[in-house]
Amino acid sequence: MVETYGLTRDQLLDIEYYLRLTRSLEERVVALFRQAKVIGGLYRSLGQEGESVAAAYALDYKQGDVVQPLIRNVGAILVAGAKPVDILRQYMAKGNSPTRGRELNIHFGNPQTDGFIGQISMLGDMIPVMAGITLAGRMQKKNLVGLAFIGDGGSSTGAFWEGMNFASVQRLPLVVIIEDNGYAYSTPTWKQSAARTLADKAYAFGCTGETVDGNDVLAVYDATKRAVERARSGGGVTLLEVKTFRMKGHAEHDNQAYVPKELIEQWREKDPVVRFERMLIENGFATQEDITAIEQRVKREIDIATDEADASPMPTPSDAALGLFDGDGYWNA
Amino acid sequence: MPETTYIEAITQAMAEEMARDERVFLIGEDVGVYGGAFKTSYGLIDKFGPERVIDTPISEIAIIGAASGAAIMGMRPIAEMQFIDFITCGYDMLVNFAAVNRYLFGRACPMVVRGPAGGGTHGGPYHSLNPEAMFMNRPGLKIVAPATAYDAKGLLKAAVRDDDPVLYIEHKYLYRRIKEDLPAEDYIVPLGKAAVRRKGKDLTIITWGAMLYVALDAANELAADGVDAEVIDLRSIIPFDEEAILESVAKTNRVIILHEAPLTGGAGAEFAARIAEKAFDYLDAPIKRVAALDVPTPYSPPLEAFALPDKAKVLKAARELLAY
Repeated sequence: MVETYGLTRDQLLDIEYYLRLTRSLEERVVALFRQAKVIGGLYRSLGQEGESVAAAYALDYKQGDVVQPLIRNVGAILVAGAKPVDILRQYMAKGNSPTRGRELNIHFGNPQTDGFIGQISMLGDMIPVMAGITLAGRMQKKNLVGLAFIGDGGSSTGAFWEGMNFASVQRLPLVVIIEDNGYAYSTPTWKQSAARTLADKAYAFGCTGETVDGNDVLAVYDATKRAVERARSGGGVTLLEVKTFRMKGHAEHDNQAYVPKELIEQWREKDPVVRFERMLIENGFATQEDITAIEQRVKREIDIATDEADASPMPTPSDAALGLFDGDGYWNA
Repeated sequence: MPETTYIEAITQAMAEEMARDERVFLIGEDVGVYGGAFKTSYGLIDKFGPERVIDTPISEIAIIGAASGAAIMGMRPIAEMQFIDFITCGYDMLVNFAAVNRYLFGRACPMVVRGPAGGGTHGGPYHSLNPEAMFMNRPGLKIVAPATAYDAKGLLKAAVRDDDPVLYIEHKYLYRRIKEDLPAEDYIVPLGKAAVRRKGKDLTIITWGAMLYVALDAANELAADGVDAEVIDLRSIIPFDEEAILESVAKTNRVIILHEAPLTGGAGAEFAARIAEKAFDYLDAPIKRVAALDVPTPYSPPLEAFALPDKAKVLKAARELLAY
């Protein structure tokens, strides 16, 4: 029998639901992109859904925990409670998207109310911000934990280093996941860092470091859960490196010709969703019928969300002048 | 409170706001045990403890980033830059994260970033910055620059209570050189309101920060020649008091904009453009700008004095305007 780290059958099926929701939602965004209904870029998380969902599943959102995704962690914010219709509205630049058409894709969320906060595009900047969010949580005696995602590329930035260093000195309740997905745009990880592993960067900060198979959902859940418990009990920061692979180009326009074909084939064999479903069936947690039922439920939900997002209005042009500062009432309306 | 210096006014504002509102805290380098490089936060750690007066690593990105993160969680941080020059190290955090919270995401980010600015103290190129212009073209930040002890206290209190991020530029030349009696009771100076420091009818000098005293000196000398200059202390750069500027120009018909930052692309260019757009018909002469040379602020006193604006440069501009 497989070790499930305390996850019940219902929770395992819940994770399966989020894995499928993530993959199917992105496939829907691809379809909408091809219909020119997605205005901006499209960045796939194919192959990275497992770690995104599993890590976010280790948080306690009722406790006020906050997850901060990068562009390939749509699965994480779905777990935290983001609605597919809101994600679609963001991609489609609709006036009733969470940012009212001002920002793209999964760049949205309020850490006080949503359980997640979207990134900004300057990689690394969210690490100091998450340090501040967890610092505020500590000052407000909320006992919340923050989970921040950063990439192999993002972990080269100065903001990442300053944020990690400050959070570690303060022993803040922060878990930082470095996703090593092989490439930052076209740059392979070995051109990004000379460190033996990206988790070794933890030595510089004096925080806990660990490397885990990012395509093993249960292993990522276990490692994150332990890190979250460490954080909540005052044990400080954990830097968790998850080894995974970006199965698509940087964005939809990028055919990733720079990635060796054999590498993609190798990683296709390790697909985290297929692997998790195989585990569920082999261990009697689910039948093929259960999985099919989840896929059908996901499709229904995405169909409804797509119709709703598609029918949503574009923003009023003159609204561009409003809401920069408090006082014009724009955001209260 | 009798004879309060500019720097004491800042300390008082922080202490009073921290006592008034437990969400207010101070974060920066050497602000705690040491009391700040200029002793601006002297004594605060004894009153409020190390949880609310946080000594940080040398990390402007982390200071501004963590302050921003705490602010969007409902706290009201004051982030100190040891010298405002180092704000460039955290520039990205301030303009790309703190400043955009409301416009992009509908989140309040009530925080203050403050620190000692300005030259005239032989600090050299890395300890003399006047940073306002580099933030004016990045919407989402309010910018204030007090010139008096009264305003130093009142503007800082207003900035702490404001629901948006405020860059508070304090001029270190003024720290211990000026003092005045301050009211014992709580008060604020509203953001966005200029003050007329000297009424006049012949020409207007628009300025802020330590240059206020250069403007007043020049105005006094002009008065000896029978020229009555009006001096406007802008106090807030963003939002700025356009009404006060236009009203004064409509009255005097001649205007000098005086600032300590370099001329090209300086804040004065924006104010000059507004005046040209909205008060062209009132002007009897071209708009003059008196500002620093377009060079990094040099260290050696004769070089620094030559590079920065002074009374003689203002007087020269004024006499050219009057002779036009």
